Amino acid sequence: MNLINLLSSKKSAILKRWFDEIVSTYPDATSSFLKTQDDPFANPVGQTILHGIDGLFDELLKDTDSNEMPSFLDNIIRIRAVQGFTPSQSTAFTIFLKKVIREELKDEIKEDQLYNDLAALEARIDKMALLSFDIYMKCRETLYEIKANEVKNMTFNLLRRANMLSEVQEE
Amino acid sequence: MANIKLPKPEELSKIDHKPPQKRWMDTPAEFKQGMYCYGAKGKNLSAVDFPNARDWSPDDKDWKLPENWKEIVLEGMKERLGKYRSFHIFMDICVRCGACADKCHFFLGGGDPKNMPVLRAELLRSIYRKYFTASGKMLGKVAGARELTEDVLKELWYYYYQCTECRRCSLFCPYGIDQAEITMIGRELLNLLGLNTDWISGPVANCYMKGNHLGLEPHAIKNNIDFMVDDIETITGIKIEPSFNRKGAEILFVTPSGDLFGDPGIYTCMGYLMLFHELGLDYTWSTYASEGGNFGFFTSMEMAKRLNSKIYAEAKRLGVKWILGGECGHMWRIINQYMDTWNGPADFLEEPVSPITGTRFENAKATKMVHIIEFVADLIKHGKLKFDPGRNDQFKVTFHDSCNTARGMGIFEEPRYIIKNVCNNFYEMPENTIRERTFCCGSGSGLNAGENMELRMRGGLPRANAVRYVHERHGVNLLANVCAIDRAALPALMDYWVPGVKVAGVHELLGNALIMKGEKERTTDLRGDALPGKEGNEDA
Repeated sequence: MNLINLLSSKKSAILKRWFDEIVSTYPDATSSFLKTQDDPFANPVGQTILHGIDGLFDELLKDTDSNEMPSFLDNIIRIRAVQGFTPSQSTAFTIFLKKVIREELKDEIKEDQLYNDLAALEARIDKMALLSFDIYMKCRETLYEIKANEVKNMTFNLLRRANMLSEVQEE
Repeated sequence: MANIKLPKPEELSKIDHKPPQKRWMDTPAEFKQGMYCYGAKGKNLSAVDFPNARDWSPDDKDWKLPENWKEIVLEGMKERLGKYRSFHIFMDICVRCGACADKCHFFLGGGDPKNMPVLRAELLRSIYRKYFTASGKMLGKVAGARELTEDVLKELWYYYYQCTECRRCSLFCPYGIDQAEITMIGRELLNLLGLNTDWISGPVANCYMKGNHLGLEPHAIKNNIDFMVDDIETITGIKIEPSFNRKGAEILFVTPSGDLFGDPGIYTCMGYLMLFHELGLDYTWSTYASEGGNFGFFTSMEMAKRLNSKIYAEAKRLGVKWILGGECGHMWRIINQYMDTWNGPADFLEEPVSPITGTRFENAKATKMVHIIEFVADLIKHGKLKFDPGRNDQFKVTFHDSCNTARGMGIFEEPRYIIKNVCNNFYEMPENTIRERTFCCGSGSGLNAGENMELRMRGGLPRANAVRYVHERHGVNLLANVCAIDRAALPALMDYWVPGVKVAGVHELLGNALIMKGEKERTTDLRGDALPGKEGNEDA
């Protein structure tokens, strides 16, 4: 059995461990809630992470480079980017997957000598980690843009109100 | 070099990720940038005679507290325990069942356990137990009691300004414990030490001195409305002539000043102006009672009462019969729940009757003040208004129930009824995120500042998550609401979580669709954007 088939067959066990690893970055009381409530509107963070990693996992197993990966990553990172985590803490969940796979498939990898396949997969996970940092930066930039825009709009309205603006009129 | 043991990748990625395994009492609040507002300025505190007026910053180690600060807090607590039976009960009866724990938008979006309402209340309860109960005095921590120290005080400040007083948690509490009231008292106690925020105390001082949060003086208010009148004339060809401070008008109209100034609030205000003109309503604006909102409510009951009193005073001075109020959230909570007790009885006013339909607003018998949404729903029900909902066809609309009008006064159907009459495309968000279970915008109760943007994004996540659902499923691109703080805060929330969704007051949509007598063919909506099918004709 090659690694991809093996991963597919063990998908639910791997996802569960990956999810547990990610939610363990929250305080205990929070992580137990994130695990138990399965309504996406009552538990937006937990369910977004769960659906996000499900999608990411499928994308990683595909042969070709994925178009969907950025959006799955974005959903999770957009949340973690405003939850008080450092940049590394916000994005490290991608790397957690390496440990999860090594632990979950330890025996099979050894038995079937899947080290080459594993190295290839881990290279893809590294790419995902790099991509996640780009997305993290974008989220933070958006946040500061929003802050700046609020101030800009307020100033513009103040000037307009004070009749201090004289815009060029269209001919 | 050879002796250095490099951490493995998974070890590296584990650093600091696990939160400390200490009890909450032993984990002091860690102040994180983006999570709190700037401290109040001394001049704004002294303008309204608030205690300990001085410039201060939460970033400083020294908060410039008075020497006897502890005594002040405990005395203040004692006074309020005696004065407010509800507060006393809320301090005593929680059984920590946890029903509220996962209902707070700040907890859901941020994951900080101290944002669980039960724990947020416990921050104050632990002090109550220590100084006001026998078990707490004797058993201390075992009985859930703790000393009031400066760290504890700072923790209270940090978390009581991470509650928007939205009352979603209280909906699920089997005892009906109202966390909003606990937060209000908590903030009152902090206020006794001058621990206020700039974003709240500035508007309070402005409102006290000038009549509105923004400090708009009478001529500025008139100028702003004149701007809108000009824009309305450009769009509809109709010249509206509103009156200001007019004695003898039948109705006084009061709305939050955000509608006079902020984008997109001004479009809602244009909607009011068009509606009143079309009805030929005998009403007046006031440049003194020029604020429906009341940031005093986020400092102390007494301050809220002082700011609120100008509405009746102005109604009396102008000799109106009753008062009509614009779209706002906490303004209505105050009117509905407190105004009559604080500043009533308004026996110089009459029970409001719609001059157009004759409908008697019995629900406003005590306060004499009617919500514009009820007023307009009644007009539509009686067929008094004509609409072209096609002029809103560029929008796919959903409606965000404001916490205060929904949970505070039960306004659920009227705004939906109006929207369905003026728009062709309306989609509800999921049931457990609307009506009485609505999620807060994350910026209420004076938290809609700029410096605490991260907090706002966290708190607004559950609301945005539901908007995103209808955005992806139905293509919703407009989030309608009936609250000025929503209009100020939700655009930023949408820009971060659901780009492509605009925010509008219900009366902006009404203004777009309202067919006015003698109007020219419209080519744009109130924002100046081309109407569907009229692209390229904006200047016509």
